[in-house]
Amino acid sequence: MTTTTAQATQVYQLLIKAAPERIWEAITNPEFTTKYFHGSYVDSSFEPGAPYNGYSTDRSQHWVDGEVLEADPPRRLQHTWRSLYDPQAAAEPHSRVTWKIEPQQDGTCLLTVVHDQLEDSPKTADSVSGRGWTTVISGLKTLLETGRPLVES
Amino acid sequence: MDDDDAVFKALADSTRRHLLDRLFERDGRTLTELEPGLQMTRFGVMKHLRVLEQAGLVVTQRSGREKHHYLNPVPIRLIHDRWIDKYTELRVSALAELKSRLEATG
Repeated sequence: MTTTTAQATQVYQLLIKAAPERIWEAITNPEFTTKYFHGSYVDSSFEPGAPYNGYSTDRSQHWVDGEVLEADPPRRLQHTWRSLYDPQAAAEPHSRVTWKIEPQQDGTCLLTVVHDQLEDSPKTADSVSGRGWTTVISGLKTLLETGRPLVES
Repeated sequence: MDDDDAVFKALADSTRRHLLDRLFERDGRTLTELEPGLQMTRFGVMKHLRVLEQAGLVVTQRSGREKHHYLNPVPIRLIHDRWIDKYTELRVSALAELKSRLEATG
């Protein structure tokens, strides 16, 4: 965002025509994340207390680090987040990301991503807002609904 | 109603666009914080917020007794990807073609 300071709590939500298990898989399996998460290779055992890491697709660069706070497959995942891809953001404290997957009556799922605890991390807040998370989760929707990544890399 | 219909309908009202702009400036406001400056009743503001919520443009989160409203930019992004990009890209490629034609003949 250029006209205002990015928010300390950011909420992103959309409906995805897929089963909760498939959405969970897409969030936690690097085979999927490399296709929609800015190319990020997500690496974690997704157990509470385990490290949460994001690398470049070829794993040569460490982009994100954090820790898994809660994991309740296929409904809820919470982990901390520090952006290492930007030196200024890397110097800021960890923030928090919560993924909620809520099945709806029509067979779709409501996916909500809340990125909060960004009060002391304005650089991180700025880098993930606007096109940041919207690209990730609209890409996730496209991948699950069409089997194709939104942007061919 | 199609998802896109709900979003276009929600956006086709200046009060609702104003509410989105207010949340863009500062997110997570309560109804009480959104009321000032709007020439309508609390109930009127609630009705507009409900339309925005149904279209997925506003997401509410409860913390204690308070209900906070957050701007959800994803539906606008999906409309952008689905509609805006398509037409602007055509325009841009038509201009690019015109340029290459003119330059080839000139």
